[in-house]
Amino acid sequence: MTEATGTRSSEAARSLATYNFAYLDEQTKRMIRRAILKAIAIPGYQVPFASREMPMPYGWGTGGVQVTAAVIGPDDVLKVIDQGADDTTNAVSIRAFFKKVARVAVTTRTAEATIIQTRHRIPEQPLADGQILVYQVPIPEPLRFLEPRETETRKMHALEEYGLMHVKLYEDIARNGRIATTYAYPVKVEGRYVMDPSPTPKFDNPKMHRSRALQLFGAGREKRIYALPPFTEVVSLDFEDHPFEIQSFGRPCALCGAEGVYLDEVILDDRGGRMFVCSDTDHCETRRADGHHGELGAPAGEAAE
Amino acid sequence: MPVPLVVSEISKSFVMHLRGGMRLPVISGASFSIEAGRCAVLGGPSGVGKSSILKMVYGNYGVDSGQIIVRHDGRLVDVASADPRTVLDVRRRTIGYVSQFLRAVPRVSALDVAAEPLVERGESRQSAREKAAMLLHRLNLPEALWGLPPATFSGGEQQRVNIARGFITDHPILLLDEPTASLDAVNRAVVVDLVAEKKRQGVALLGIFHDRDVREAVADVVIDVSGFAAARTAA
Amino acid sequence: MSDEPLLRVSALSKYYGARTGCEDVTFELWPGEVLAVVGESGSGKTTLLNCLSTRLTPSAGCVSYRMRDGEWRDLYRMSEAERRLLMRTDWGFVHQNPADGLRMTVSAGANVGERLMAVGERHYGRIRDTATEWLGRVEIGADRIDDQPRAFSGGMRQRLQIARNLVTAPRLVFMDEPTGGLDVSVQARLLDLLRGLVNDLGLAAIVVTHDLAVARLLSRRMMVMKDGHVIEAGLTDRVLDDPRAPYTQLLVSSVLAV
Repeated sequence: MTEATGTRSSEAARSLATYNFAYLDEQTKRMIRRAILKAIAIPGYQVPFASREMPMPYGWGTGGVQVTAAVIGPDDVLKVIDQGADDTTNAVSIRAFFKKVARVAVTTRTAEATIIQTRHRIPEQPLADGQILVYQVPIPEPLRFLEPRETETRKMHALEEYGLMHVKLYEDIARNGRIATTYAYPVKVEGRYVMDPSPTPKFDNPKMHRSRALQLFGAGREKRIYALPPFTEVVSLDFEDHPFEIQSFGRPCALCGAEGVYLDEVILDDRGGRMFVCSDTDHCETRRADGHHGELGAPAGEAAE
Repeated sequence: MPVPLVVSEISKSFVMHLRGGMRLPVISGASFSIEAGRCAVLGGPSGVGKSSILKMVYGNYGVDSGQIIVRHDGRLVDVASADPRTVLDVRRRTIGYVSQFLRAVPRVSALDVAAEPLVERGESRQSAREKAAMLLHRLNLPEALWGLPPATFSGGEQQRVNIARGFITDHPILLLDEPTASLDAVNRAVVVDLVAEKKRQGVALLGIFHDRDVREAVADVVIDVSGFAAARTAA
Repeated sequence: MSDEPLLRVSALSKYYGARTGCEDVTFELWPGEVLAVVGESGSGKTTLLNCLSTRLTPSAGCVSYRMRDGEWRDLYRMSEAERRLLMRTDWGFVHQNPADGLRMTVSAGANVGERLMAVGERHYGRIRDTATEWLGRVEIGADRIDDQPRAFSGGMRQRLQIARNLVTAPRLVFMDEPTGGLDVSVQARLLDLLRGLVNDLGLAAIVVTHDLAVARLLSRRMMVMKDGHVIEAGLTDRVLDDPRAPYTQLLVSSVLAV
């Protein structure tokens, strides 16, 4: 009898010890989903939410993870990238986290993913209907560095008082001769809210405009969620006589020859040797698999790791 | 010709609250009027209240009772009971005042001090300065001083700036409080000429002149203020 | 002389529990008029200024303002958005401590240009030109346009604050001890500048000060406050030369002559 009880109690103990699907309890998911729905209804508006304690510290993507955990389902296919790459520490560990707590399929291919969680980059390949892009956001408030008071920035958003945002750009031009902000470049959403697109390079800003995907932004430490539903108008702020421009690299990817993509600089040796390669690793691999190659890259088969 | 200024039964005393409410009567029941194109002089011993009367007419001193009726803007205004805005308008367009001492404002040049009443009435600064320059020239103020703020001028120099400022407009009533006190004979004569010009323009002048020669040269009528002196009661 | 006043204040009062901040203040202000509110510490003059400029909500009374389109609006019936817009465009507020009225960590040019950007100006070149012009008007060299106010002296900061306030051509400016804490020669320069700007721009202003000389220089009308009440009001030169109320006489006689 004791043995049977022991088996049953250890089974019970095991079932108590397993995680709920995607780690968060259902009530939390409901709370986050409500925040997401509100965010979608008011594009660009920062919705406060009760950010939970996650098994990674603040600053490691807890906001993005909570958003993903609230929307992911057993049939989803998850891709996680960090600075465009699937194979960095963060991307690998978050992907592993969701494999364990949600048992979902994972992929590195942008085209195959239904949910893409990203830190600081947008995939080069245009996203399709039904895809969700989840951004990890450190500081959601675009005005924070100019106006430290939360009470004041909330009013500014509420009353559409964005003169200060242009002050920041003005200062850039006064100091550097041009708008020197190269990442986290502020945008105006649907002509109403000014939003921080997260620290993605300004090169990626145009990709946010009228994307077919749903874009969700989660800031865990700051406890804010905001969203861009598909086909939302997203315009980068600028001056009439200093219009918004994206960076150009003037050269193609050294591995796959892609042009007009965001490139990372990789130091090759101690003598200053370097190469510029696609920041989006999946994009690069896919192109090489299709037979494209740049001056340094051989066709697919050769690992870049 | 309608009378430009009528003073009717004005009385004033100072109540010195800092001295336990001691009452210092100034004048009582003063009544007189002045005519356009003529200069009336307030006469009487020192301290009898002549300067105070001028200040009451200008609205600088309050009045306890009585009226000071001025023809302003085609209607009659009682300066004694008018609201501040009205008094300011009367000063801007009807009553001019040459005070005894120039209150020197820092950083404003003598030329601009003299030109100010015209600028305030909407005249261009350049044209106002030209008229100021002519007056300062007539008053023999050295041109080197025109661009300097009058704070460091001598009493006589300051007074000439004051006179220019007072005479520059075409106010129909002009109050003069000892305008020649610090001036030499040459400039006293200039002031006499200026007064005569104003008379010819139909301006009504009311002044205090201690200098007998000047007084005799300009006065058409003398109003003896000692007749209005209030009984002084000991504190 | 315009026909209608710009500001109408009626029975304005502010209480802090049993304590009176200010009580039963009534007056009107016309365009282009400068009114000085004079009193010592605790007189209620700053409370009054804050109630007038909507920085403090009064306990009783009414403040009405005539908008640019001629319509009279009760300030405390307006929405916060409307009030804030008013503060940024039609009004100015010059703080005693310029750091309170400036963004210390952005350049002088950005400080002056902010209000323009806030009302939709989007041409960098034009913003900069306007800022340069205004710096000139407050006697700050154009070469300082990219410097931060942190590097400015107190007098320069105060002049910058004035430029920042005047760039949108406000019709009414509130000033709280604008020359407080400045050296005497700096004060003189600032006062002259204010006088000139007020005259040139036809500004109406309400200036709170404890300094009677400032009141005499800047204002044509004056109110003397004590313990939250207006105890005497009238033409500035009349109040200062022929003070009636005991407290006014005390104030005037307390001023040291140089």
